[in-house]
Amino acid sequence: MADVPALGKDLTALEHLTAGQLRLILDTAEPFKEVSERQIKKVPALRGRTIVNLFFEASTRTRISFEFAEKRLSADTVSIASSGSSVSKGETLVDTARNLEAMRIDMVVIRHHASGSAEFLGNRIRSNVINAGDGKHEHPTQGLLDILTLRDKFGRIEGLKVAICGDVLHSRVARSNIWGLTKLGAEVAVCGPASLLPRNVEELGVTVIPRIEDAIAWADALNVLRLQLERMQSGFIPSLREYNRVFGLTVDRLERAPKDLVIMHPGPMNRGVEIDSGVADGPHSVILPQVTNGVAVRMAVLYLLAGGSPDWSQQGGGEA
Amino acid sequence: MPSRTQLLDDRAIARALARMASEIVERARGTEQLVIVGVQRRGVELAARLKRLIDDAERSGVAFGKLDITLYRDDLQAIGPRPRVGVTELPDLDGRTVVIVDDVLYTGRTIRAALDECADFGRPRRILLCVLIDRGGRELPIQADIVGTTISTAPGDRVDVLVRELDGRDAVEVARDG
Amino acid sequence: MRPLLLKGGRVIDPSRNADDVADVLLEDGRIAAVGRNVGTPDGAEVLDVQGRVVAPGLVDVHVHLREPGQEDLETIATGSASAVAGGFTSICAMPNTDPVCDNQGVVGFVIAQAQRAAKARVYPIGAVTLGQKGQQLAEFGELVGAGAVAVSDDGKPVATAHMMRTALEYARTFGIPVADHCEDMSLATGGAMHEGIVSTRMGLKGIPAAAEEVMVARDILLAELTGGHVHLCHMSTRGSVELIRRAKERGIRVTAEACPHHFSLTHEACVGYNTNAKMNPPLREAEDVDAIREGLKDGTIDCVATDHAPHHYDAKEREFDDAPNGIIGLETALGLSITELVGRGLLTLPQLLYRMSTAPARIFNLPAGTLATGAPADLVVIDPGVKWTVQPETFLSKSRNTPFAGRELTGRAELTIVRGQVAFRRTP
Repeated sequence: MADVPALGKDLTALEHLTAGQLRLILDTAEPFKEVSERQIKKVPALRGRTIVNLFFEASTRTRISFEFAEKRLSADTVSIASSGSSVSKGETLVDTARNLEAMRIDMVVIRHHASGSAEFLGNRIRSNVINAGDGKHEHPTQGLLDILTLRDKFGRIEGLKVAICGDVLHSRVARSNIWGLTKLGAEVAVCGPASLLPRNVEELGVTVIPRIEDAIAWADALNVLRLQLERMQSGFIPSLREYNRVFGLTVDRLERAPKDLVIMHPGPMNRGVEIDSGVADGPHSVILPQVTNGVAVRMAVLYLLAGGSPDWSQQGGGEA
Repeated sequence: MPSRTQLLDDRAIARALARMASEIVERARGTEQLVIVGVQRRGVELAARLKRLIDDAERSGVAFGKLDITLYRDDLQAIGPRPRVGVTELPDLDGRTVVIVDDVLYTGRTIRAALDECADFGRPRRILLCVLIDRGGRELPIQADIVGTTISTAPGDRVDVLVRELDGRDAVEVARDG
Repeated sequence: MRPLLLKGGRVIDPSRNADDVADVLLEDGRIAAVGRNVGTPDGAEVLDVQGRVVAPGLVDVHVHLREPGQEDLETIATGSASAVAGGFTSICAMPNTDPVCDNQGVVGFVIAQAQRAAKARVYPIGAVTLGQKGQQLAEFGELVGAGAVAVSDDGKPVATAHMMRTALEYARTFGIPVADHCEDMSLATGGAMHEGIVSTRMGLKGIPAAAEEVMVARDILLAELTGGHVHLCHMSTRGSVELIRRAKERGIRVTAEACPHHFSLTHEACVGYNTNAKMNPPLREAEDVDAIREGLKDGTIDCVATDHAPHHYDAKEREFDDAPNGIIGLETALGLSITELVGRGLLTLPQLLYRMSTAPARIFNLPAGTLATGAPADLVVIDPGVKWTVQPETFLSKSRNTPFAGRELTGRAELTIVRGQVAFRRTP
């Protein structure tokens, strides 16, 4: 492992990680899966560390997943949920950052509606910063848990054909997946209405498959993205009904798949829009294992970054 | 100029392990409630050999487990940014006699972590510590019950236990600075 | 006022295609003589400018002075001082102040404040519509009568084609241009930077080049329809340059400006969520930068303007989406232009100075951009070869929002003279 560069203070994006660093995180997640199967789901590794979950966007599942990850590492955790509109929030992100640093918080997990906000925070405080989703930019732990789930199923990532289906334009989950999968050697395609795919998406190293039927015929695994209601309201697609009819992952379409496709979804699902219940609850779906892996991946990330947490007893702060 | 001395060769290790295996059975008063648990990584290989020796001698199938203590260490910063966490797999420990097996006993911190971890898995009736080498230098009040060899070392020394399964050969060596 | 003699400099007067070593004599606030043996009148102050370039004071037709209304960001006094530090002797103040410059009262206020500051000359640009709301024409006659030299709703585009048409027609009565900020809001709203591979990677909503080009095309066609004069602000895309080139070939009365950042930086400058690289129109791709440079070379783009837009440190110190658009530019414009245009061999120094003084003066009908005898004594003395590092904390502007901090540039104003008196002298 000597040639794997250290992860650094923060995890804000998968875009800049090396394949070696990605594998380090995935490999470290394995023993943490075992911890979650024990009766006493706790190890003392992060005992006494203070972690704040700063969630400016409503999110139950990601926040709880992080909370469990933190508690299972014996850390002290506080969650702050705040309604995020930049008009309604009283305090600027800069002031929030300074307050956290003044309270000697060891790690901050942040979810925020502005792309770049995790990096913004990370550049201004000494605490470790973990991006739990910043605007449309990245959701690194989601990307990692998706990849871990694929690795569990297929034993490898290299050469795997993964199609990311849906609103890629607005999706931070898609971006993180694209970076992680391409770096580990997977073949990645995106599939969705052209109005919901970035114009230059091929420059990220992915191919475009316009129709869902072709994506199903090509892929080993599909990662189905949630379609948000406002896309229809802001004119990107005409209606949810049409989206389901043309792009929805239905039981019929899945039946015509040439292989046993693995189906993933980052959640929460819009049943009947991007994915039908028959598929979500069916034998090909790994949606629930994704959730289990989520806690393990987040434990791994917290554990690896904590090795480089700031030492508040020293003036001048952190050390690698 | 660092120097390297061999303390035990493969035959000496085999002899020590044979004696330690029968001591374990003696102290545990049989194999019924016995669980042999190796501490990652070389402790696991030694523990596996002890189990085989015991099973051959007693015609038993002694319970076996592996323990990785990385997540229980008290020095997170020292293990650095790229820790390697190994597999932990333990059978039921409640009411059993657990023998923790490790290659070298030094400061005692590894064993303290192993004890904490066992406690998270159940409540053994009794825990014994079995090590191939006791090199002194304890920082905690921990003692080994079954010992292969006791040696005395200086703080700058390094004691390496090499095992066939991981290192290609069996040996115990001491590396000394200057 | 003592006569002022600038001796031995390389005198470049783009208005007369002149470029020789000569002396320049200033008397009573006017250019008295330019030539080899001008002679020294009694009591004249003599400045040795050997090795320097003497040119007409630079003209910036696109400046946001923030006063009235946002005096914490900049005032007319600090802005006009920043201007002369950059070598500008005449600047045009955009009307998006608070209150908006849509009536003769605000025009008069701006002029009075500028006179009190006695630095660069400030020519107000009035609003096209009341409050810049895009609904009702402002009183161009009153605005011009009070001293406005053009009209613009800058900050925003002139809202509808009908309004732009009417404005162009009505402006013809007063012989003033309508300066438009070309941006189709329905394509651009919510965008934080150029729509391209960088915005995709950064997860930011982009503003496509088409958002500018759609309006450029509209304005060109309306200028053709009305015979009016449209001046296109801060051009940034290769498509816009191409549209303007073809319009000029057809004889349509369109002029255009480009800002130094649009010929110096690309959208890569935003990487790392650098809010000092956030402005509107945004930084574009390398091919767009090349097209802007080429446009300044062949005259498709008539002049360089800064779109100097002061913002408070706190305002820029936030998430990229929420940060305001704009950077300051008065004190870096000349250095950037010499480094990126003259330094790359695209323009000669006289050609650049034409684009920075004579051309903008002519477009907006300002008494500037020339060293002809009798012209106002507004000059700049430049050291075109000096290497210097951009240090925003030394700027005379109140604000510091620039992406060029720490950058090494070539060329700088050493001395700026307005009305025959030294308004700025650089201390080493």
